[in-house]
Order: sequence, then structure tokens, then C-alpha cells
Amino acid sequence: MTNPAQKSNSTPELAAEYGLNAEEYQMILDILERTPSFTELGIFSVMWSEHCSYKSSRLHLKKLPTEAPWVIQGPGENAGVIDIGDGQAAIFKMESHNHPSYIEPYQGATTGVGGIMRDIFTMGGRPIANMNALRFGDPSHPKTRHLVDGVVAGIAGYGNCMGVPTVGGETNFHKSYNGNILVNAMTVGLADQDKIYYARGAEPDMPIVYIGAKTGRDGIHGATMASAEFGDGNEENRPTVQVGDPFTEKLLLEACLELMQEDMIVSIQDMGAAGLTSSSVEIADKGGIGVILELDDVPQREQNMSAYELMLSESQERMLMILKPGSEEDAKKIFDKWDLDFAVIGRTTNDKHLKLNMYGECWCDIPVPPLVDKSPIYDRPQGEAPKPDPLDETGYPLPNNDLFEALKTLLSCPDMASKRWIWEQYDSLVMGETTASSGVIGTQSGTAADAALVKIPGHTKALAITTDCTPRYCYAAPFEGGKQAVAESYRNISATGATPLAITNNLNFGNPERPEIMAQFVGGIEGIGAASKALDYPVISGNVSLYNETSGEAIFPTPVIGGVGLIQDHTKAMGLSFNAEGEAILLIGGTGTDLGQSLYIREVHNAEAGNAPRVDLGKEKENGAFIRKLIDNKEITACHDVSDGGLLLAITEMAMASKAIGAKITLEQDEVFWFAENQARYVITTKDQKNIIDQCTQESIECLEVGHTHLNTLEIAGQTLSIEALITLNEHWLKNYMKGT
Amino acid sequence: MKTAIIVFPGTNREKDMADAIEAVSGQRPEFIWHKETSLDNYDLIVLPGGFSYGDYLRCGAMAAHSPIMKELLRQAERGTRIFGVCNGFQMLIETQILPGALLRNNSLKFICKHVHLKAENTTESFTHKLSNTPVIHVPIAHGDGNYFANDNILDDIKAHTQIAFRYCDENGDTTQGNPNGSTENIAGIYNKRKTILGMMPHPENATLDHHENLSGVGLFQGILDGLG
Repeated sequence: MTNPAQKSNSTPELAAEYGLNAEEYQMILDILERTPSFTELGIFSVMWSEHCSYKSSRLHLKKLPTEAPWVIQGPGENAGVIDIGDGQAAIFKMESHNHPSYIEPYQGATTGVGGIMRDIFTMGGRPIANMNALRFGDPSHPKTRHLVDGVVAGIAGYGNCMGVPTVGGETNFHKSYNGNILVNAMTVGLADQDKIYYARGAEPDMPIVYIGAKTGRDGIHGATMASAEFGDGNEENRPTVQVGDPFTEKLLLEACLELMQEDMIVSIQDMGAAGLTSSSVEIADKGGIGVILELDDVPQREQNMSAYELMLSESQERMLMILKPGSEEDAKKIFDKWDLDFAVIGRTTNDKHLKLNMYGECWCDIPVPPLVDKSPIYDRPQGEAPKPDPLDETGYPLPNNDLFEALKTLLSCPDMASKRWIWEQYDSLVMGETTASSGVIGTQSGTAADAALVKIPGHTKALAITTDCTPRYCYAAPFEGGKQAVAESYRNISATGATPLAITNNLNFGNPERPEIMAQFVGGIEGIGAASKALDYPVISGNVSLYNETSGEAIFPTPVIGGVGLIQDHTKAMGLSFNAEGEAILLIGGTGTDLGQSLYIREVHNAEAGNAPRVDLGKEKENGAFIRKLIDNKEITACHDVSDGGLLLAITEMAMASKAIGAKITLEQDEVFWFAENQARYVITTKDQKNIIDQCTQESIECLEVGHTHLNTLEIAGQTLSIEALITLNEHWLKNYMKGT
Repeated sequence: MKTAIIVFPGTNREKDMADAIEAVSGQRPEFIWHKETSLDNYDLIVLPGGFSYGDYLRCGAMAAHSPIMKELLRQAERGTRIFGVCNGFQMLIETQILPGALLRNNSLKFICKHVHLKAENTTESFTHKLSNTPVIHVPIAHGDGNYFANDNILDDIKAHTQIAFRYCDENGDTTQGNPNGSTENIAGIYNKRKTILGMMPHPENATLDHHENLSGVGLFQGILDGLG
């Protein structure tokens, strides 16, 4: 058998083409004490890519708090795990598929959704909810409509077929995403705590089994693609985008969960980015063992594939597992039932090397510990993050400003307009446990709430799930923006009555080799860390997506937070819709004072200016706990957090959600009061105003009477608008935009 | 009373269906894998929703050739009650147990939302409990639910009172509320003997306290009424 040393044909130039710099190439020479073969170089290049090695981010990710008594598994496995009582666990994570979705929106989005679901059921969790966070370019950009259409169809195509409800998400449009859209998908799974599976735990001399779909040549070097920026004109150099097959994944899901009921799996890892390479290396590294693979035995979809291609393919719907010796036959029966490939492709060893044989030759022999541990870590220089344009706050309030005109503009602007066109394509009801889903008006589940709510089968408890980020704040002030994303997540969960438990994150930024981007990145992480710590809301999993820029133009920093909370009795969960006339409308958490970075300033005055709102984490925590207590005691009838668009938008949404119950606003105030986006605030309705005000006084919580629910109109400062007219305004933009009118 | 829910590769609403039937009847249905060949011991056979075989080729087309389908045809002839929802309805059409065709939604998009349905025939079998409340509010979740029948078929199914449900608005107006372009707003049809019902919407998702509403319960009561 020839060995890799005889194939040592790599050069520094070739390494550079694979995204490895001279220093990194030298490290490889030092580790191997020889020149790497082509296959080995490919393996180093993907393992040391930004996507797999987190080389620019790892140093800073350590700053995130990851522990709490209810955390069963923090970052480092396929997904994070929390205790939700009754011996059950919620398993969740968020992941991006940004670059592929820009090239091939349908396939990019499907494989993103497929990949994140695999992360969950690899660990033994049955996916029970999908969420997403989408950012597209300016609506006037020629590609935007096509990208929205493809991405949404892709998410729908995969999630619907899998039979996992897509229950919520967020969608923004901004020109900073013109060349780099963001497609972040999150899955939440449910498992019994004694049936959770990990990548760790493998021991020497155990069979390595390949399951799922066959391997083709698709997506080779996808992880490297996700680690470089786009440039105009080099699109043809991009590797192929993977193609998703939700039907195969559905079979894989059922087969895996069936096998997991037995006691046969020692460790398991899905083949995501960098496919067979990263999955086999993970299993070897986490088990402190070696791996020898007979690549001829890998089920192949195409002919004459090389070791290099097999190791770097990102064909979808595949997994690698280590079985207890002797259980191969029984395990295979389950996969035969589901018509899936099942192949023993190697064994674990005790020499801590990754060895690959094929066509009677050895193509790779790399010591695993340095491949993993010596992967470069960069403390990239941080410059100063770009400053937002200043906003002359003394210019506001404007004399004789028309509140209703501003309200109408905001209701129909792309970020606030109803996303019905999107979420009606998602099956949010399959599994029959969704009690609150996407949207404000006429939601699929019949309830609008600040977070999606999914009941746990056979129990009264439910999970509250939300995805949040306000990129314009993160651009204006990365640290405050990071804090705000976590705080908004915390508020959205609290507003339903659920207790916020833990978060996952998806950190989307530009090129970290630029000091100003690195400053945004570090600021964002530190903000998330500060909020997560203050709110007892640990980070249990996550994903980093860097190099989201085209020709030097970076996206707005977009650290998306996926939050999960728990409510013990779903019948107590609170929606945001007005319920009856004559109830008091109260603002909890103080008045609006600053218009900086508000949607109002952007949409009505066409200025992206000012400071981001400051987040008082102490106040967030107190107000959140107060709201949860009111809901648990059944003392309020609706609750909505104040976010994009400020107080007046929050009240308007509560009226629109009811379709028929309006509000009479008794306060006379200016646009700063109505449209400022100060944080830590909620709007509630109650039948017993005095009771709430007394409690607020007692607990030193700021509370203000705004008006009461009234008729089917919104009445303010002597002007009225019908709820129906408001709904029409809110519903028309996206629908018409997608028609091309 | 024994119910079988047939599970194909890609079926995904079997749990919803089992929960609904259990809630109404108190008995948990059995899940039957599509490679089985006998359905002799069941009073009701259900083909649930999902994406059998990934909806490749045509929705329901591959499932129509599954081993269990021969037996299903035999049971259909014997008069065993059969209920097909969404992908299950597509299979009943593909096997020609029910007439017509199901085309891509006229919007060309998958649609998930609650719709109003009017029970058009409340004197017979499955829908007889709906005479007082013929308008029900249940979700649809499909991309290929656009029922098509040519004039001959349409005349025939009308002559035999086979139209079970039409889409309508909240007042029961069946000229309104068509979500997918179906011929004459048809959402579900019977076979001639009224032993088999196929429909696109999901009444099983309107049967439990935490669902948007409970208007699917009457239909299940009607289906289960009089069975063993």
C-alpha cells in the first residue's frame, strides 16, 4: 500500500488557493513532518477554515456565559440541551446558510433547514419547532424579490415535508444585505434526558457506520466558501451548492429515533459542513481515539470519486455513528426498513490518527490532536467600529407633526408590514401542538404572541420560542446592540408568561480581518455576554458566520439570538391581542425619550441616525419578572413588548391582532413619546387597573395609564382610524411587492 | 372500535390524526406500516397527511403502489370505512378510489391557514353530525390541493351527492373562500356508497382544547358513530 508521503505534492501556492496562509501551511508541515498529500491538504483546509475552526472568534466566544443549573449541555456538541422538567429536555441550536442561499436561494435555504434539524435529532431530539431569522437586501435591489421567493419556498419545502412546524421568525430588509442575505434557521427538539446522544464517548476498536443518503460531488469545499467574502465577477469560482432531500431526511429522522430507543449507539455525529471529514475528526477527537476509514465502502452516488472528494463532499442527509461492537446487524435492520444506506466504513483505533484507505492505497494519515488543537486561533486586531450619523434630538418633537401619517408610514414599511406572504407558506400546525405562531393578524394558530408557543405532547407545559436581533442598533453601538438582542428575546418570552431559560446565537458579521469589523464582532459578543449573564439566560449553542461582505461592503452586524422559555401551564400563556372593550391600557417600564436609531427616524425622516437605545439590564430583569408574575396570577388580559416602532406601534398591533377592538388614547403626547424605542417596556391590558398600579407602586415599577380599549377604531388626539384600515395598510406591502407591483 | 392509521415513508400527520381520534373515541388507533398486507381487523382505515415518498413523481402517486394498497382496495370494495386527509386524499385519488384530480394550488405556493368549510351532505355517514353546524373552521396545509373534475365527473358526483365539503366564507357562502382554485370550491368528496371520504383540509387539527377551535370534533363523531 502506498502512503500519503508518496503523494506529497502540495505547495504553498496550492495551500493559498485553499484559503491557508503561509504560516498555516508551515504549521501543517510541522505537524506532519513532511509535505501533505492533496487529500490531507484538503482536510486541513476545511478543518482550519473559519467555518469549522472558529479561528477568529474562538477567543471571544469564551466570554459567553454558558452555565446554569438547568443547562445539561452547553456549546461544543451538535446542539445545546436544557432541562424542562419531567425527565425531559429541550435541545436547540441556530445555524446560518447565508452564502449558499445567495447563490441558490431554494437549495441554500433547504439545506440550511435540513442541517439544523439533523443537529437536533443526532442528539436524540425529535424536532418539534423550526424558527428562522431572515435578512434581505433593499426591496429595490434587483435580486431581492427572487431571493425572498426562493428562500421562503426552500424553508417551506423542507420543513413542511419533514412534518416539523415552522412556528415563527423575523424578516428584515436593508441595503447592507444587498450582496449577502442572511438565512438563519433554528430547530428545537424534545428528548427524554436518558436518551440523549453525544459525539463524545467512542472507544477504540468499535465499528464506524455510515447512514443516510449516498455521497456525491456536491458542496465540495462549502465550509471554505463560507469562510471567504464574495467579490464581483468571481461567482463562477464558487463551489456547487448542496441539494437537499427532505424525504430522505424524514426517513433518517425516523430511523435514527427508532435506533435510539435501543442501546446500540456509542456516539453519533451528523455530517454537516465538511461532511465526512469533520464528523470523523469530531468523533475521534472527542473520544480521544483514532479512526481508520475504508472509503471504498462509503455509499457513493457518482463514479470514480476520489478520497479527496469523498472526504470533502457536503452531500446532505448523512450521519456517522459508532456502534457497540456486535450490534451492526440489528441496527442495519432498522435502516433497511426505512430504505436507507447503512455501511460499516471503518473502525476506531487507539493511535489517535485519521487514516483513509481507498483503491488499495492510503491517502491520508494525520494525527488528530494537532489537527484539532493546533488549529490557528487569531486575536485579530480591533479598530473602532463605524459611528452612526448623529441625530439632532433637539429638533424633535416637530411642530404640528401628524402622528397618524407617521403611524401609517411605519405600518406599511417593509420591516413592519405583515409577513403573511411568507408564513402562510410554512406549515406551522403539523404535530398539532402549536398554540401561538407567526404574525399579528389572523395567525395560523389563532393566537398572536410575542413568542411562538409549542405545547409538549401529553403535558400542560409549553415552550416559548423567539428569534431576535435589531441590526441597526448593532451597527450604531455593537455592545448595546448585542445586549439588546438578548434583552428583546428575554422580553418576548416573558411577555407570553414563560420563563426565559437559555439562548442559542447566530453571529453574522463581515470580514474579521478588517479591524472595524472585528470591533463590531467583539462588541456584539461582549454585549450578548453581559445581557446573558445579567438575565440568567445562558448561551448553550451557536454558530458564527463571518465574511458576510461583498467587494468590501459588510452587512450590518447581525448577532441573532434564538431564545427558549418554559411555561408550566399553556392555558395561562398570554397573547398580544386586545380581548374586550373597556379594559385599561398600561405602559410598564417608563416613557419614550430618545428617537436615536428608531424606525420612525428611518422610515418617516429617512435618516439612519442617532445612538442605539441603552439597555438597562437590571430593569429588564425586574420588569420581565413582574410581567411574568402578573400573567401567572391571571391579572392581565394581553401583553406586548415595545420594540420596533415604539409604543404606538405596539398598541396598534394589539388592536390589529384583535381585528375588532380598538383603543382610545387619553394621553396627549408628541412623537418622541410615541415612537421612541426605549427598552425594558411592555404594554398590558387589564380589567383591574388599580390593582396593577398599586403593585407597580409597591415594587417601584414605572407604570403609566395610556388609555383604554374602545370600539373598533384607534382614537388619539381627536383623530380616529378604523382597525380595518390599519390592517389593510399593514397587509398590503409584501403581498404586492412579491407580485411585482 | 378499531382504527388503523396507515404510515408511509414520509407520512407526518399520523400523530395529529391519532390524537384526534383518541380524543373523540377514547381509543388510541394503531399505526400500520405500509409494507403490511392485511387490514381485516379494523372498522376504520385512515390515510393521514404528509409527504409520502417526498411527493416525488406526483403527490400520493408512489404510495398508491405500496404493498398495503392492494389490501386497501379490497377493503374499499368490502365497504370498510376509509378516511383520507390531505396526502391521504391524494392517494385515494391516485388509486382512483375517488374521482377527479388534485392539481397544484392556483397560487403555485404551499398554503397553511384556517379556512371555512361547509358540509354539503349532512344526512349521510361521516358528515351526519354536522347538520346543525355545517360550517366548520379547520386548517389547510398543502401545495397540491386544487381539486379538478371535468364536467362528466362533476355531473356524476353531483348526481350521487358525493360532494362532502366545499370551501366557503364564515357565513357558509360557497362562492367565496376558495384557497386553491378547486373546481366549484370542492374540498372533500365521498365515494358513491358514502363509505369513503377524502378531503384536503385537516379536521384533526381542530379537535383538541389547545387547538384554534373544536369544529372538527363533529366530523370525527360522525365518522366513529355506529362503528363497533
